[in-house]
Amino acid sequence: MWTGPGCHNGCGVIYYHKDNEVVGIEGDVNNPINQGRLCMRCINYLESTNHPDRLKWPLKRIGERGENKWERISWDEAYDIIVEKVRDIQKNYGPESIVAMEGTGRNIVWQVNYLCYSAFQSPNFTLGFLSGDSCYMPRAAVEGVTNGDFFLVDCSQQFEDRYENPEWRAPEYILIWGSNPLPANADGFFGHWIVDLMQRGSKLIVVDPKLTWLASKAEYWLRIRPGSDAALAMAFLNIVITEDLYDHDFVGKWTNGFDALAERVKEWTPERASSICWVDKDTLIHAARAFGNAECAAIHWGVAVDMSVPGVATAQSLNSLVAITGNMDVPGGNILVQYAYGQGLAYNYGFENVPEEVAVKRLGNEYPLRQMGFGANAHEDAVLEAIESGKPYPIKMLWLQTTNPIANMAGEAPRVYAAMKKVDFCVVVDLYMTPTAVAFADIVLPAAMSSERWGNRNWYTPLRTITKVAEYYEAKSDEDIILELGKRLQPEFFPWKDNKDWYDWIMLNEAFESGMTFDELQEKVYSFPKFEYKKYEKGLLRPDGEPGFNTYTGKLELKIELYEKWGLDPLPWYQEPRESPYSTPELFEEYPFVMTTGNRAYEFFHSEHRQLKLNREFHPDPIMDINTEAAAKLGITEGDWVWIENRKGRFKQRARLDEFMDPRVIRAEHGWWFPEKEAAEPSLFGVFDSNCNNLTSMCDNGPTGYGAPYKNQIAKVYKCTEENSQIMPSTQVTRLGGFPYVKK
Amino acid sequence: MSKNNERYALLINYEFCTGCHSCETACKVENNLTHGQWGIKVAQDGPRKLENGKFEFIHVPIPTSLCNLCEDRVNKGKLPSCVQHCQAAVMSFGPVEELAEKISKPQMVIFTPV
Repeated sequence: MWTGPGCHNGCGVIYYHKDNEVVGIEGDVNNPINQGRLCMRCINYLESTNHPDRLKWPLKRIGERGENKWERISWDEAYDIIVEKVRDIQKNYGPESIVAMEGTGRNIVWQVNYLCYSAFQSPNFTLGFLSGDSCYMPRAAVEGVTNGDFFLVDCSQQFEDRYENPEWRAPEYILIWGSNPLPANADGFFGHWIVDLMQRGSKLIVVDPKLTWLASKAEYWLRIRPGSDAALAMAFLNIVITEDLYDHDFVGKWTNGFDALAERVKEWTPERASSICWVDKDTLIHAARAFGNAECAAIHWGVAVDMSVPGVATAQSLNSLVAITGNMDVPGGNILVQYAYGQGLAYNYGFENVPEEVAVKRLGNEYPLRQMGFGANAHEDAVLEAIESGKPYPIKMLWLQTTNPIANMAGEAPRVYAAMKKVDFCVVVDLYMTPTAVAFADIVLPAAMSSERWGNRNWYTPLRTITKVAEYYEAKSDEDIILELGKRLQPEFFPWKDNKDWYDWIMLNEAFESGMTFDELQEKVYSFPKFEYKKYEKGLLRPDGEPGFNTYTGKLELKIELYEKWGLDPLPWYQEPRESPYSTPELFEEYPFVMTTGNRAYEFFHSEHRQLKLNREFHPDPIMDINTEAAAKLGITEGDWVWIENRKGRFKQRARLDEFMDPRVIRAEHGWWFPEKEAAEPSLFGVFDSNCNNLTSMCDNGPTGYGAPYKNQIAKVYKCTEENSQIMPSTQVTRLGGFPYVKK
Repeated sequence: MSKNNERYALLINYEFCTGCHSCETACKVENNLTHGQWGIKVAQDGPRKLENGKFEFIHVPIPTSLCNLCEDRVNKGKLPSCVQHCQAAVMSFGPVEELAEKISKPQMVIFTPV
């Protein structure tokens, strides 16, 4: 079976259970993905499932919002309240006034959107105020128009016999860009596969502002200025093209627009990129040459690629780099992956059930990539603006399923807090009482954890199941909650008996290529579809069966023809962050650090796991990294609490001194709240006290609507003292109207 | 621990230990160890720069006196929990002499905690 108490991986685990309760967990040694290995979050799964703070039954708010006063109600009562509200909003404002949101990935990428589209009849499903969709979606949208498919490093994950498979070979080089895959567990990628490959001879090139363990083992470490990734990526292309290290055969036969790309990146010389990106010029040149000369090489990229205004341009450059070096869909390169057996359930699942005249009202529909189906969800920034202004229509209800935006996902968290308070009706579905639930919820519903639900997983192979072995008080699976509510609202779109019945239907309809029912898949546990390299040569990518890529021109688009038709720049480009050492030099004097955020830790997944004693023993406090000498100049020593501040707000974390950080760069953690602190406002579990998103921005996106500057704000740092800590940020935000220095 | 009078041990290829804490957590959960107690603990050296421009950044998991090499698990035919869950796959368990034969490269160490 498969689990994910909080991650994207899809590792195999074995549960031991007794009387409807899980009593043990360990990695499944027969699982080809993780081969018995597990990270500490899964190993400590029992503390999560049986934690006294877990929500046990539905709750209705009885005090004011933020007071944390609740009464226990039945599921029927909860559904009745919700149905009445939904009907009222649909009738008086239109279904588009309901917005449904969810957190990141896991096994929940199609359920909440199905609820939104099919039960609420609203086109406004989106992520919890993730500005510019800045996690995977910019990359995914670029891959959609460029290749027609996603790619991953070839770690032989597509073969059941893994590293023994005779067709596979280890990449000569792996270029790890803006990711620390070991703790990051991103997008169906088990990070320690990178270590497996290192043990099989792969060498590393790492682009990261921090000397991570992987960076320390790399042949080339490029210590990039956060936010300048697009410039560095174009410099890689420049070197590979000008030094003639590209694959002429692949470029000639299978790509479109190479000359235009070459012309565009001409100006991105190593000298220019070196000065903009703060990367050593020789290291850059040697790294690009190593990648270009390798017999096979692959790129592993992370959210840093998405989290800048030119995020899509960065992704476009890196996608082009894989292509022109002949590393697309070859052994030891980047493999084109598809959902297992065509089970393509994603954020667009159920969109066809939204009435046509309502569908066009989707917030952010003016962005062509979204309109043309390369991105399904509503635009988070446009949702925020609609709540704030009531335009183009008011937002009356928020459905938040397993998302905790003010702790984690929302850029500019204090602004989002103020907006969410204005919404009439709010339902939160989660495992624990979160700061988001305390602050906004009218109804809180308890969700089941993975051992308490049926499910399957197709990111990317194999297709695998989740098996229900336990129950917890009145908690229900995400699917059961959605199904039961859907039946009451729009029964024609919810014909299934229960959670498991729905999966049976999915297996027979959406994953029909497998030829298996859900029960048959359960028996098999893991099922690998057949995989072939160089699918573009064999006519395996296009619906018409012709060779080539599933794109507008049938070629891999180095110059994106569709962009040109839509009035977008069809080639990669660079833009300085809105506030940076170069775009606002005077401001940089006052805020002399570039701040990157969101570095991952083994102990936590985003805002999860903070209530677990064992995980907190390893990692009790939020940590920020600062160069040793820069800290000394500010009188900061190891472990000091420091304030990090800019024009948006401030937050505090503990300083960790690092002699290898650029002295102009700092790095902070995200997702922090403190379940051990007071829940009621003004504390709100201290959610704003250490929140790096007090400093980030909403509504600063690229021309495609994608990309936001989460990882490249400027800030200043100073030591926390009793005097400057009189008013904590949580009080400032919840009681004093926000930070006084925010200028709208 | 002994089976057929053989001494059992852990072999660690610490060139590739990433410091992910899986062994430490697995041990704490398996043996129900309290806050502050460890059956295996990861020691760290670095990161520091060497004269050749490369970096030294090493983790070595060290079994403590609380390690019993997961006797109960091993008697059931399983690996010690730290070995099974090691994400970097750098830990092996077996008789000392068999493990000694596997020492084929630098940065390997054998521990005999029991």
